[in-house]
Amino acid sequence: MSEIDLLIVGAGPAGMAAAVAARRHGLSVLVVDDQPAPGGQIWRAVETVAATPRGARLGAAYLSGAERATAFRACGASYEPGSQLWQIEPGFRAFLTRDGKARTVTAKAIILATGAQERPVPFPGWTLPGVLTVGAAQILLKTADQVPEKPVWIAGSGPLPLLYMTQLLAAGGKIAGVLDTTPIGRLGAALPHLPRALLSGAGDLVKGLAWTWALKRAGVAVIRHVSELVADGEGKLQSLRYRTEDGREATVPAEVLLVHEGVVPSIHAPLALGCAVEWHPMQQCYVPTLDAWGETSQAGVFVAGDGAGIGGAEAAELRGSLAGLKAAVKLGGLAETAANDEAHPIRRRLARALALRPFLDALFAPRPQVFAPADATIVCRCEEVTAGDIRARAALGRPGPNQLKAFTRAGMGPCQGRQCGYTVMHIVASAQQRPVGEVGFYRVRPPLKPVTLGELASLDETAP
Amino acid sequence: MSTAGFDVAVVGGGLHGLSAALHLARAGRRTVILERSWVGRHASSATAAGVRTLWRDLAEVPISLEAMEMWHGIAGIVGDDCGFHADGQIRVAEFDRDWPGLVEREARMRALGYAHEELIDAAELRRLAPALSPHCVGALIARRDGAADPHRTIAAFRRACEAAGVTIIEGCGLDAVERHGSDWLLRSGTRGFTAPVVVNAAGAWAGKLAALFGDEIELGLKASMMIVTERLAPLLAPVVSVVGRALSFKQSDQGTLVIGGGLQGAADLDRQSSSVDFLNLAKGARAAVDLFPVVGDVRIARSWTGIEAKTRDLLPVIGASPNAPGLFHVFGFSGHGFQLVPVAGAILCDLIVEGGTQRQIAAFAPERLMAKRAAA
Repeated sequence: MSEIDLLIVGAGPAGMAAAVAARRHGLSVLVVDDQPAPGGQIWRAVETVAATPRGARLGAAYLSGAERATAFRACGASYEPGSQLWQIEPGFRAFLTRDGKARTVTAKAIILATGAQERPVPFPGWTLPGVLTVGAAQILLKTADQVPEKPVWIAGSGPLPLLYMTQLLAAGGKIAGVLDTTPIGRLGAALPHLPRALLSGAGDLVKGLAWTWALKRAGVAVIRHVSELVADGEGKLQSLRYRTEDGREATVPAEVLLVHEGVVPSIHAPLALGCAVEWHPMQQCYVPTLDAWGETSQAGVFVAGDGAGIGGAEAAELRGSLAGLKAAVKLGGLAETAANDEAHPIRRRLARALALRPFLDALFAPRPQVFAPADATIVCRCEEVTAGDIRARAALGRPGPNQLKAFTRAGMGPCQGRQCGYTVMHIVASAQQRPVGEVGFYRVRPPLKPVTLGELASLDETAP
Repeated sequence: MSTAGFDVAVVGGGLHGLSAALHLARAGRRTVILERSWVGRHASSATAAGVRTLWRDLAEVPISLEAMEMWHGIAGIVGDDCGFHADGQIRVAEFDRDWPGLVEREARMRALGYAHEELIDAAELRRLAPALSPHCVGALIARRDGAADPHRTIAAFRRACEAAGVTIIEGCGLDAVERHGSDWLLRSGTRGFTAPVVVNAAGAWAGKLAALFGDEIELGLKASMMIVTERLAPLLAPVVSVVGRALSFKQSDQGTLVIGGGLQGAADLDRQSSSVDFLNLAKGARAAVDLFPVVGDVRIARSWTGIEAKTRDLLPVIGASPNAPGLFHVFGFSGHGFQLVPVAGAILCDLIVEGGTQRQIAAFAPERLMAKRAAA
C-alpha cells in the first residue's frame, strides 16, 4: 500500500491541469486513469495521433492536447494509465485494479476528474446492434481511425454531433442523413443568453456555425424537429422510423444510427463518497455542490472538469488548476493569499469560458420525449426492465428509485444505474406528479467499476 | 394531533413486523404497522434470504423445523412462493481436519431425534455441487433447506398483510411513547397511534425502542456484507457454506452469484447507514475463489451491508416485556432471522391472542439480556 498527498482520478484536461498545479507546489501526486494514455475523451490518444494525418483531420482543438500531455508527463506526478478505480473509503483509501491485480492507495485529498457521460436516450430499438452513441463512434474515429463503411444516420442534438460529422466527413465517412431532435422554439429560448455568450468570445459560436456550414456544403440532408424515433430490425438495425413535431413521418433503411442528446456529469464517485449534489433544472441532471475551488461537501474531496458541471475542455482545465491549488493550500503549505493571487486570473478566464453555457444549455436543453419513453421501451439495459414496468410500480404508493430497484431490478446491473438512473427519476416524477429534482437518485453501491472476485481476493493477505 | 386507535401497533416494517402483523390481523386484531422509512428498508432487503435449518443453535431447532414446514407451503400463507427453492444447504468440510466436527454434530442431532442433517461424502458432494473445488472432503447437508428471493418475500408479505386488513404507514418514525390508561400512545410528528398492545420489531433499532418503554436490553449490531455478481449460466443449485471461513455462496434465480457469510462492514445506527469494508470483504472473495475456482473472473456488480441487531448469545429476543404491559419483543435475530419469519409471527400471535404459546421459546426470553435489579 502506498501513501500520497493527492490522488487524481482521470487524466483528461482537468486531471492533467490539476496534477501540474499540485506538483508545482510540491505535493506528491498520483494520477490514475482507465485509458492507456493521457488526454481524456476530448484528447483521446493525442500523443500518438497528433503527428499523423488523422490528427490534422481532427482539428486544432484536438491537436492542442498534445502540449498539455507533454506538460503533464513532465510535471513529476506518478501516472498509472490502464487503472480502474472502483472504491474510495473515507480517510481516503482508494481501491484500484491494474493488469488484473487489485491494490489500495491512501491519499490525503482526492480530485475526481472523471468527466461526463452521454445522456442515455431510451427509445424503441435503442438496444439493437447498429445503434450506438455519437461519443462511442467518435472514440473509434480518434483511436482507430475507424469510419463506418455504410452511410450513417445521426439523430440528436448538441455540439458533439456537429463536430463528429465534420470529422467523419474529413475522414472519408458518409452521412445518410441527420435527424435533428432540437425542438421548435429552442433558438428563441436561447437568444436572450446570446449577449452573455459573446463574452466568452465568438470563437466557439463561429466554430459551430462553421461546422453547420461544412455540413450544408457537403449536401448532408437535415430533418429538423424530430420528436419520435424508432429503430427496427431483425437482430440488428435495418430501418428507422421518425416523426417530426409538425407531423412529417418517414421510414428509411439504415444500418448504423448514432444518437446523442447531450452529456451529463459523472456523479457516481461523488455520490458514493457522500458528496452533496444539486439538481440542474436546465440540463436535467445532478451536479456536485462545490465551493469556488471545486471542493465538495466532503472535506478533501474535489470535483473538477465536466464532472463538476458541463463546461467544456477549457473550463475543465481551469477548474483542474483551481482544485490543484487548493489541495496545495491544504496539504503543501501554499499560503492562502498566494493561492488566491494565482487563482484570480484563472477565475476570470473560467467565467469567460462558462459564459457560453447558458446559451448552449437553452439551445440544447433535452427534449421532453427523452424522459418519457413509451411503455414497451427498455429503460434498464442490464436487467431489461421496460418503462411500462417502472411506470406501473411507480404509481403504487410513492416509491422512490431505490424501492423501484428492489421491485423491478432496474438499476441492479453492472452499470450501476448509469444508463437508467435519470430516466427512472423522470418516470417516477411524472407518475407521482412531483418535481423531478425531489425524487432523488439511486443509492450508489460499490464497486464503482466492475472488479472481479479474483481481483478482490488478491487483496486478502491472510493465509487460508 | 390526530390520533388513530388500533388493537395492536407493530413498530418496524421489516419481515418480522410484517409476519407478526399478518398473523394478528388474521386472528381478528386491528393492526397497524408503523415504519420509519419504508417496508423492508434495512435487513429484510439486505439479507441473503437463506432458508436454513442446518447448523442451527439447538435452542432454535424446534421453531426452525416448524418454520421450514411453513416455507414448504409458503404460497398457502402469503399467496406467492417467494422465490423459495429447496435445493438444500450444505456445510462443506474443506480439509480432513474439518470433518470430525461435522460427524460429531450429525451424531448429536440424531441422538436428539432430529433427522434433517445428513453427512455426505466427497462423491455425493461433487454430484450436488459440481463446480466446487475437488479438494473438499465431505459435507453436512439439510436437503429440504434452500433460499428465497428477499424482494419477492417482502412484497408477498406486504400484499398478504394488506389483504388481511393491516394498515401500513411508511415514513412514520416514532418520537415518543406515553402511557394513557391501558393504552400506549405512540407519537410520530403530528400523528398519534394508540393501542393496548405494541410489538417491537424494530430490528437494529429495537434496543432504542425498548428503552422508550423502560426495557434496557443489551444489544449489539451486525452489518453483514454481501456481494452480488453479474449473471452466469447455471452453476450451482444448493446454498454452500464452509467450516472455518466466513462464506455463504449461492446462485440466484437471475443467475447472479450471491456471496455472504457474515463478514462485517461498518454500521452507524444514528445515520441509519452502513458501509462496506473491502479489505475485510476480500476474505469472502478469497473464500469464494478457493471453493469455486471457476468464478475468479466473474465481475462483482454490487456489494452492500444491512444493519440488524445481534445478541450476546446470538439467539433472538422473542417474548413479552417483563416491565411494560402489552409490549412484546421480536428482534435480535443476529444474522439468521429470515428463515424464522413465518413462525416468529405465529409465536407473537400466540402470545398476544392466547396469552401464551406451546412453542419452545424459553431461550429467547428478553429477561436474559436485561441487567438484574439489585435486591433491596
